[in-house]
Amino acid sequence: MSATVIQELPHSPGVWASAWKRLKNDRVGMVALAITLVFISMVALAQLGWIAKDWQKEVGAAFAPPHIVGKIVDGSTTAVVEGTAGTNVDLSDVDPLAPRYKEWFEAASKVKTATVIKADTLIFGGDQLGRDVLSKVVKGAQVSITVGLIAALLATFIGTVLGAIGGYFGGKAGDFLEWVYNVFTSIPYILLMFSVAAVLKSGPLANVLGSGVWTVIIILSVVGWTGIYRLVRAEYIKHRSREYVRAAEAIGASHASRMFAHILPNISHVVLVQLSLHVVSFIKAEVILSFLGLGVPIDMVSWGTMLSEAQNELVQGKWWQLVAATAFMATFVTAFALLTDALRDALDPKLR
Amino acid sequence: MFSYIVRRVLQMIPTLVGVVLLIFFLFKWFGGDPAEIMAGQSATAAQIASIRMQLGLDQPVTTQLWIFFKQIFTFDWGKSWTTNESISSIFATRLPATLTIMLPILVLEIGLAVVAGMAVAYVRGSLTDRVIMMITTVALSISLLVYIVVGQYVFGFLLGWFPVQGWSNSLWNNLVTYAPLPILLYVLVSLAPQTRLYRSFFLDEMGHDYVRTARAKGVAEKTILFKHVLRNAMIPILTNVATQLPGIFIGSFLIEHFFSIPGLGREVIVAISRSDYPVIQAVTVYLAALTMVTNLVTDVLYKFVDPRVVLK
Repeated sequence: MSATVIQELPHSPGVWASAWKRLKNDRVGMVALAITLVFISMVALAQLGWIAKDWQKEVGAAFAPPHIVGKIVDGSTTAVVEGTAGTNVDLSDVDPLAPRYKEWFEAASKVKTATVIKADTLIFGGDQLGRDVLSKVVKGAQVSITVGLIAALLATFIGTVLGAIGGYFGGKAGDFLEWVYNVFTSIPYILLMFSVAAVLKSGPLANVLGSGVWTVIIILSVVGWTGIYRLVRAEYIKHRSREYVRAAEAIGASHASRMFAHILPNISHVVLVQLSLHVVSFIKAEVILSFLGLGVPIDMVSWGTMLSEAQNELVQGKWWQLVAATAFMATFVTAFALLTDALRDALDPKLR
Repeated sequence: MFSYIVRRVLQMIPTLVGVVLLIFFLFKWFGGDPAEIMAGQSATAAQIASIRMQLGLDQPVTTQLWIFFKQIFTFDWGKSWTTNESISSIFATRLPATLTIMLPILVLEIGLAVVAGMAVAYVRGSLTDRVIMMITTVALSISLLVYIVVGQYVFGFLLGWFPVQGWSNSLWNNLVTYAPLPILLYVLVSLAPQTRLYRSFFLDEMGHDYVRTARAKGVAEKTILFKHVLRNAMIPILTNVATQLPGIFIGSFLIEHFFSIPGLGREVIVAISRSDYPVIQAVTVYLAALTMVTNLVTDVLYKFVDPRVVLK
């Protein structure tokens, strides 16, 4: 009996389905989504090693210009000094090494030297060592975007769990977390980041983490959770005494179940928007940290390390690495920021 | 009013204690061994042991914490581990350079952004508004690094309008020769986000009834904007300025790094690369305290800017 009644009820779309419907009508949002997806698949392919695997190979001449600029004819190289004509004097009777020349020549002929033909121009040009800037910028995108994403996920996780505890329970635990929040936010953001960086650089954890990207991820997430905590806490305070939560309590749902199975889905849109806002700001922060040498290690490439190389190249008139890194970063960050705006509008139409 | 300030100052104590504990244990548990850092790589065990004793590292943790507290309140942090310069002299000599750059930036930034934000908010919805908003979105997506690198190259190197970098001992010389380029670049960069922010502050106010009433009774647009709207938008503007205020003491470390300005921000970056813990700790603790004081002063200022505000 009851089953038929449920079937007859008009089907109302869920929060995600209706959000998707609103997002589909947002033209800017859809373009931003498409661009973001292109970047994400690029990152995935680079992660799998299908593209930009050989970014460290020196495929071009040093500072090979991009195709559109064409080969740069350097006047100085044509002026090769002509060797002064002179006959070699036979010194074999006095040269102590003479008897072994033949032996060495044979040994040398066994080693094959492969001559790599270095391209004069590359699509986006080459860097100081002749590495392809296009491969570098794709690899850099992989590192920068992964770092931003993982750090944002971690910060969101910390912020959500602490915010849930602080907002749901309140009381002593809530007061303690508020105190921790006040302590973290009263230290200027950038200084706290520098302090953690200094500690991770020379402390015992430096040996555990190595000089990998994890250092940057930890710096960003340990420092960046506070904003999310604040918002999630406010949402939990709002929701904890709502009827559906009381109803869940009445049927015997535990605290954990009420917090994460009942309330969390209802505030997940807040968390999602915060997550994507933090991805953008963390990518920007990673670029600056890497530039200062506190970020990704030297054998890796990120947009930040590319920009730091570009600073010296620009003075020599080699602008392509700077332009490539800037263009990729600006495109992704703009698309992601617009997508975040569209997502916020789609998930919370009242906010407009 | 007085009791409010006293209560707020008392409320600051637990937070400040928390900051000190956080910094102390962050460096104690996760940082390297100070004695080993100071002694260098070719130190003998005896040398390390003697440094440990000098720093009080052989004492129990509570004693060390007490030493740390004493250092903070007596402003006596000893000497930098790498340069042997006393920490207080680092503060005294680096701060003027930072302020020379940051104070003009702060004044210019607020002045320009308030005017720009108000102008854009006034023509909201128009083509100009939308174009400016689009430009600021794109401008925001480019890293600060790029603006500085390109600006330094174009204005300093190509056009030669300003020296590429440098600093002197005379304040006047610094202000007219070395400071203009960094100030100009930083203000230009921060104009995009600040204009957006101030635009939203003014938009919030312009929708209110009092604006419509003022228009209806024939008040000039200029008076409405600068007397009615600006005065009402002062609270969010003040809040925003207050969040930026502690930043002027650390300066823009990036600007100082690029333009070789011997300021506090660059000092901190150098300290990180040399693992010079006392410098980092001192700057962090004092700036946190300063941030708290700024917040209190801002809250009190609200009362003067907007008499409707009640301090509880």
